[in-house]
Amino acid sequence: MHLSPDEVLFWHHGFLKLNATIVFTWVLMFALTVGSWLVTRRLSMGLERSRWQNVLEMVVTGIEKQIEDVGLKRPRAYIGFLGTLFLFVASASLSAVLPGFEPPTASLSTTAALALCVFAAVPLFGIEEQGLGGYLRSYAEPTVLMLPFNIISELSRTLALAVRLFGNMMSGGMILGILLTITPFLFPIVMTALGLLTGMVQAYIFTILAAVYIAAAVRNAPRKPAEAASPT
Amino acid sequence: MLIDWFTLGAQALNFLVLVWLLKRFLYRPILDAVDAREKRIASELADAAAKQVEAGKERDAFNRKNEEFDRQRADLFRKATEEVKGERQRLLDAARKEADVLAAKRQEALKNATENLTQELRRRTQDEIFAIARKTLSDLAGASLEERLIETFTRRLRDLDAKTKSEVSLALKSTQGSAVFSSAFDLSEEQRAALQQALNVAFSDAIPIRFETVPKLIAGVEFSTNGRKFVWSISDYLSSMEAGVGEWLKEAAENRSIPNAP
Repeated sequence: MHLSPDEVLFWHHGFLKLNATIVFTWVLMFALTVGSWLVTRRLSMGLERSRWQNVLEMVVTGIEKQIEDVGLKRPRAYIGFLGTLFLFVASASLSAVLPGFEPPTASLSTTAALALCVFAAVPLFGIEEQGLGGYLRSYAEPTVLMLPFNIISELSRTLALAVRLFGNMMSGGMILGILLTITPFLFPIVMTALGLLTGMVQAYIFTILAAVYIAAAVRNAPRKPAEAASPT
Repeated sequence: MLIDWFTLGAQALNFLVLVWLLKRFLYRPILDAVDAREKRIASELADAAAKQVEAGKERDAFNRKNEEFDRQRADLFRKATEEVKGERQRLLDAARKEADVLAAKRQEALKNATENLTQELRRRTQDEIFAIARKTLSDLAGASLEERLIETFTRRLRDLDAKTKSEVSLALKSTQGSAVFSSAFDLSEEQRAALQQALNVAFSDAIPIRFETVPKLIAGVEFSTNGRKFVWSISDYLSSMEAGVGEWLKEAAENRSIPNAP
């Protein structure tokens, strides 16, 4: 029994190593990229289109709509980052049903990496939108006294994001393993089904939180309402 | 240690690569396709709206033209009806006038024909009567009609009353020229002599007589002097017959013309 797929090592050479997390991430990346390529290589611009194109259009436009609903005025600028976040986490959660497949999001390294990416992306998008001066000024709002608290809040929410995703993903797999040892039949199936649901919810929450943080950064407004909006 | 720093770095890199890959193969093509479709639909909708507006304009124009056409047609129809009425009246008047002229011509022609027929009948009746009388007299008395006429004339001359005789004598005396004895036929010397004799006896004087032949008298003789005239002719008898026949022809003409009256 291992808590993280990081512990499953296929190859290592000094500092470099090839564990299950990285390998299964590559598998997911390959599946997502090839699947997209297969559908989008023959796109129809007219009114008639294939069912797979229809599915992808629904997914992409759905994500775009969600981003817009969060408050980002130019969703196309953020759909690459936020959409990939959602699709990667969702596909990782769904792949948990495949026998022998370890979802990469069950590794704290992965969730931390994703949280780190969000942590880096928020100021980058903020600077892109408001300029460096404008973004830095937002830390001293409403008064300069709030500067340390704003910095702490920025760091802590990144950590919370990482731990939240890791906890949910890992707990799903752990509960499944424990239940399998107690009641081998039926109950694990129900828990797996529940795990699929919670996995999708986590993907959604993770993406929406990232979107809210970015929206708070790019919007020249007090950050408090955005903070208050984050679920616990 | 839950976090493996190499894995963390590798996963962050993996995520960024995935972002690029999906941008390249998923979001951009799909969003481009959606944009293209939306643009196409928008252009088609705009096109349809423009066509609708145009169709509305054309419909209005068509309705206007239709109303104009209806109005013009009604005007033309009214005008044509009035013209036809006028033309009909004119033609009727012309036909009536022509019919009147024709009827008048027919009346005239009928009248002429009646007159001609009357003339012809009169002439032929006179001829026939003359021929019959002559034949009859010649057959019965063995003398010609002329002789009988002369005889009758001389007898009537003899039978004149005294008053008349004196008036005629007076007239003969005041006559500058000779008296004129007209007959329809040429008189023989004997007849002339007999006539001269009879006149001389009747008026007790030698009367100079000039004999003339007038075919118009037909079967008759006429003795005239200074305004006095003695006539005996079949014409007297024929006149009454002519009046009767003329009356009959007039009635026949009227009866025939009534059904043809316009």
